[in-house]
Amino acid sequence: MSSSPPTLAVWKFASCDGCQLTLLDCEDELLTLAGEVQIAHFLEASRNVLPGPYDVSLVEGSVTTPDDLTRIHYVREQSRTLITIGACATAGGIQALRNFGDIHDFTSVVYASPQYIDTLATSTPISDHVNVDFELRGCPIDKSQLLEVISAFLVGRKPDIPDTSVCTECKRRGLTCVMVADGVPCLGPVTHAGCGALCPAVGRGCYGCFGPMTGANIPAMSRQLTYLGMPDAAVGRIFSTFNVTAFTERGAGDAPTD
Amino acid sequence: MPPPTRRLQVNSLARVEGEGALRIVIENGVLERAELRIYEPPRFFEAFLRGRQHSEVSDITSRICGICPVAYQTSAWLAIEDVCGVVVDERIQALRRLLYCGEWISSHALHIYLLHIPDFLGYEDAISLAKDHRAIVERGLRLKRAGNAILEQIGGRAIHPVNTRIGGFHRAPLASELIPLAEQLRGALDDALATLTLAAGFDFPDLELEHDMLAVHHADQYAIEGGEEVRSVAGAGFGAADFLSHVVEHQVPHSTALHATLDDHRYLTGPLARYTLNSAQLSPLARDAAAGAGLGPTCSNPFRSILVRAVETIYATEEALRLISEYQRPDRPSVEVPPHEGVGHGVSEAPRGLLYHRYQLNSAGLLQSATIIPPTSQNQPAIEDDLLRVARNNLHLDDESLALLCERVIRNYDPCISCSTHFLDLTIDRR
Repeated sequence: MSSSPPTLAVWKFASCDGCQLTLLDCEDELLTLAGEVQIAHFLEASRNVLPGPYDVSLVEGSVTTPDDLTRIHYVREQSRTLITIGACATAGGIQALRNFGDIHDFTSVVYASPQYIDTLATSTPISDHVNVDFELRGCPIDKSQLLEVISAFLVGRKPDIPDTSVCTECKRRGLTCVMVADGVPCLGPVTHAGCGALCPAVGRGCYGCFGPMTGANIPAMSRQLTYLGMPDAAVGRIFSTFNVTAFTERGAGDAPTD
Repeated sequence: MPPPTRRLQVNSLARVEGEGALRIVIENGVLERAELRIYEPPRFFEAFLRGRQHSEVSDITSRICGICPVAYQTSAWLAIEDVCGVVVDERIQALRRLLYCGEWISSHALHIYLLHIPDFLGYEDAISLAKDHRAIVERGLRLKRAGNAILEQIGGRAIHPVNTRIGGFHRAPLASELIPLAEQLRGALDDALATLTLAAGFDFPDLELEHDMLAVHHADQYAIEGGEEVRSVAGAGFGAADFLSHVVEHQVPHSTALHATLDDHRYLTGPLARYTLNSAQLSPLARDAAAGAGLGPTCSNPFRSILVRAVETIYATEEALRLISEYQRPDRPSVEVPPHEGVGHGVSEAPRGLLYHRYQLNSAGLLQSATIIPPTSQNQPAIEDDLLRVARNNLHLDDESLALLCERVIRNYDPCISCSTHFLDLTIDRR
């Protein structure tokens, strides 16, 4: 890199905006970060757009339109490092439920004149289309993890983002296991760590918004949910939310389509 | 002198939430067209909500918008609790109002400081503003952090809160846990007052709205997390159950958002509408501060919406402090919401305007159909009308100045484009 500060770009595909908002939610660090990097392309925050290529790109959202298919290649070409942020970008998001249904039906439910609407039949993660240098999980992503990933890439080291389960975070917080103690269905054993065990901390079972960890044993988790009294349809639904494609690839039952 | 025939196009609007474009067509010195083009891709929430259990709906609708997830959760709870005939305890209602105050403070601070103020002070963004006026931006970030602190303390997470559910909360905080939050909010109240003082000194272009305004009204308080009636300046008044008899959405070719009309006319929701309809219910401090900033009891200049957002931030901060000081921990964090067959409706005031949800459930509590009408699709016709009028009155400006002015018109409304595009109304115009 040259002596000028490294450039940071933020890109949006189909999403709720929550993951790029996480960057603006770094209230204590935002101005420090802006001193370390040149924010070169971040439409939600600035009218000022500098030409690429960019040192680090953060990509939010999933690929859902014909235009996205070409735009993501442009973003890749313009980015030395491309990091996907959030469940939409890493797994297709909740809008990937369309992958298990009929897109014509979906469009006609929402729009009276579907011919005006340009959309693909699937919602897919960025990594289905281009090479991705790092995937940061979460729906939404965690603020501290985002700062860790940006800092790591700026100095050229590997981000310290453990690929373990929510259970490890729960234990570290000293929380009582909601599943063992109270029989509450909890996806903690199979869900990627990163949130800090937010749900068990309020007595709620994890609902998997960070998606599956590597090596997650989804069939065993499903049997445990059944053992706890969850009907099969409910077991199907609990895996069919923000990371539906990732859970399904690892052995969760078919997602409900209707 | 600019050429008599020209087309202005801003392909990617900046400092708005989501993806939109601006298009202005001038033919022979006459303004032909001014469009806010919304191209944010649709995500089809109403389609895949079908078949979901009533207890999981609010976790899903939250994901419609990362900026105002509490609004999307709240309108969903209200609609589902309406179907099931459940009214939550007063203490739970108070906790919900506190949570929603957090979202107002956080979202308003985001818009005022990071998206809107740069327009008034002549900067591209808050980062470059901070180079010259660091204290201003730091104040905005402090205020935003205070709003997020409420969301984290009560909701368990600032974006897509996890501690919330139909019927109430998973865990109600101890009163002692709210003491540090109150301390932070006392500082935030000073910041909110200073925000209004700063904004009161800005220059505001002249523009008076001619359309109707619509907001939720609550008998006893400035409506935030719900109210008994939806009211308009022109005199409409109806309950949430009759919303779709008055508000109809139409699809237009240049937008993935549907356009809405109220009793066949254009209308506006959001801070100007709330203030104009409900300002008498603001606290004495907020009302005095508003008067000091030059606001009367109503406001219909969209450029002055930044003042109204600042007044609402003062109010929400004060209200959060009141709710904390009067907080009594609910005996149980939530009430049971047994599934029930039927249709229910919910309205609440998202930071950028009225948010309506309608759900139909079967006897097992599985969702059969959903209708969600977000504020920005209601506001899009009003925004385009402003664009037309402002552009028509400023055709003498060169392209760059005219485009910037039109961008400012759009940012006045804090449009949330991400959440405007995913909706249908099953009764839409099918001509």
